[in-house]
Amino acid sequence: MKTGLLALAVGAIISTSAFAETKIGMITTLSGGGAGLGIDVRDGFMLAIAQSGRDDIEVIIEDDQQKPDIAVQLTDKMIQSEDVDIMTGIIWSNLAMAVVPSVVNQDVFYLSPNAGPSVLAGQGCHENYFNVAWQNDNLHEAAGAYANSTGYTNSFILAPNYPAGQDALNGYKRFYEGELAGELYTQLGQTDYAAEIAQIRASGADSVFFFLPGGMGISFLKQYADSGVDIPVLGPAFSFDQGILQAVGGAALGVVNTSQWNKDIDNPTNASFVESFEAEYGRLPSLYASQGFDTANLILSALETASPDDAGAFREALRAADFDSTRGDFAFGPNHHPIQTIYAREVVQEGDIFTNRILGVALEAHADAYAADCKM
Amino acid sequence: MSAILIIEQILNGLQFGIMLFLMAAGLTLIFGVMGLINLAHGSLYMIGAFAAAATAGATGSFLLALVAALAAAAIVGAIVEIVVIRRLYCAAHLDQVLATFALILIFSEGTRWIFGSFPLFLDVPSYLSGPVSLPGGIQYSLYRLALIVIGLLVALGLWWLTARTRLGIQIRAGENDREMIAALGVDISKLYTLVFALGAALAGLAGALVGAIQSVQVGMGEPVLILAFVVIVIGGIGSIKGAFIGSLLVGLTDTLGGIFLPELFKLYMEPGAASQTGSALASMAVYILMSIVLVWRPTGLFGARA
Repeated sequence: MKTGLLALAVGAIISTSAFAETKIGMITTLSGGGAGLGIDVRDGFMLAIAQSGRDDIEVIIEDDQQKPDIAVQLTDKMIQSEDVDIMTGIIWSNLAMAVVPSVVNQDVFYLSPNAGPSVLAGQGCHENYFNVAWQNDNLHEAAGAYANSTGYTNSFILAPNYPAGQDALNGYKRFYEGELAGELYTQLGQTDYAAEIAQIRASGADSVFFFLPGGMGISFLKQYADSGVDIPVLGPAFSFDQGILQAVGGAALGVVNTSQWNKDIDNPTNASFVESFEAEYGRLPSLYASQGFDTANLILSALETASPDDAGAFREALRAADFDSTRGDFAFGPNHHPIQTIYAREVVQEGDIFTNRILGVALEAHADAYAADCKM
Repeated sequence: MSAILIIEQILNGLQFGIMLFLMAAGLTLIFGVMGLINLAHGSLYMIGAFAAAATAGATGSFLLALVAALAAAAIVGAIVEIVVIRRLYCAAHLDQVLATFALILIFSEGTRWIFGSFPLFLDVPSYLSGPVSLPGGIQYSLYRLALIVIGLLVALGLWWLTARTRLGIQIRAGENDREMIAALGVDISKLYTLVFALGAALAGLAGALVGAIQSVQVGMGEPVLILAFVVIVIGGIGSIKGAFIGSLLVGLTDTLGGIFLPELFKLYMEPGAASQTGSALASMAVYILMSIVLVWRPTGLFGARA
């Protein structure tokens, strides 16, 4: 199925390149440990392009292998020899920091479907840069707000020792009002959390907040469930997205996590997105897929009113965000980052499949903390 | 910091060390007997975990999954030895590193091709899940205790194999003088294939055992491989006993360093910064240990060769 779509995409490139009017360059992670995220973004994005029925859009897809140097090389190639108008696709904040500033300074638009490092939302913001997902801190802030509303007063918090991990703990602490039973930085890529779990057990905490994306979260949750510690856990959606829940299995059941999207958000766009994604790819979409889908639809909506060649008009069209988002209401703040509702979800089991169900709103119409630093 | 917490952390360090030993034992055997640097050892670990996850998914039996992991890793190991590695014994170490690095890429993308990019599910069997109460009121994961026991049994088995069997004599002879035992009529290429498959099976077993409490995904073997190399350098290359002591040292240093260094820094710094500095230093701890050992004994703790 995947290769089928890829062939379709390649076919589309070949058949349309002669008269393509808009070129979109997508650099994302399609191999290595983080490939699941990039594949979801790509599949969501290409689904929206295919559904639009437009044949004047060419999407060039490349794999950055989650390496900043490769992403930079591919970017140069896309801008200099492919002459793309719009770029998108990057998953990881460290790659975004290596690529985005140079892209937007060469008068190419960049729409981030995932990474939202704080610098690009604040002092490093740019008129050609739009983030369609979230600023990195947002989901963690929502987790802090949720902890308050649930009455947690003594949280144990942990994250990997790298910039996004530090942003995560800072984001949580920005909204959380209780005491901290402990604060731990773990190694990036760590797979054994026995030592941390022993500390959690001894800490007397009433809740555990963690940000451990990808395989780290799977390891942590399985070991946590096996340790017999029964302090409630909460975290951002990254450790509970559709791609990895099946690998965590029953260990994740009942865990509360925060997300700007879920498959049961009630609007027609989302319902048709979930249905068509499942029909096309044979799996449930993740939040990454929804972000890819929204990014493509934002571009399509802007192309309805202006061409990227007219940068000023196209920018205004993007800023208007006049498209039907899978999340419902969606608007850009002054720094081109989303103002959106963030939900608390709970992991549930539907038949054989583990998925999420919305519990309620964690933060309503939430913007990020860095907008004030942005001088555009 | 209570005594219970400290004992629990020592158990964690032991368990981590013993799993490292399963990796390091194979690596050190292969290097000791054949003089080969096998970077693809981590891929065999991954193959074990994937074979176990696939078998457990199909049959629901954890024991069958372990058998499948052992068999798959041993068979892949034997094939790799016959097809690729055999051509590298006379080559320079750089060629060996290049070729086995290529194997990592082939195995990683091949696994992705077969199983996809999303992590697989492999769970602890129900009869080993949950905590047990140890004397002194310590709650500890039954599965991790089982890992310690299995690892110790394997170590005992390896000691018996190398010290008490004909194969072990040939392996030790091969470490000392390859040409001589070939001249004495031992089928050296069969011996090499056997040793390689044995090392691979141990890596596969480690992958399956650890995969049940971690995530079974492409690239899971490489972080462990780096630590396994640290272990065999500390223990002395080619020495099973060295690999055992080295594994326990590295496991305990890594686990206890991660706990006590941040606590130590908290005495002098504010907690957030202490946690960050302490964890940064803790991740260096095993490498500092390795440097100290190498300064003291340049060939490792039990290394014979200069």
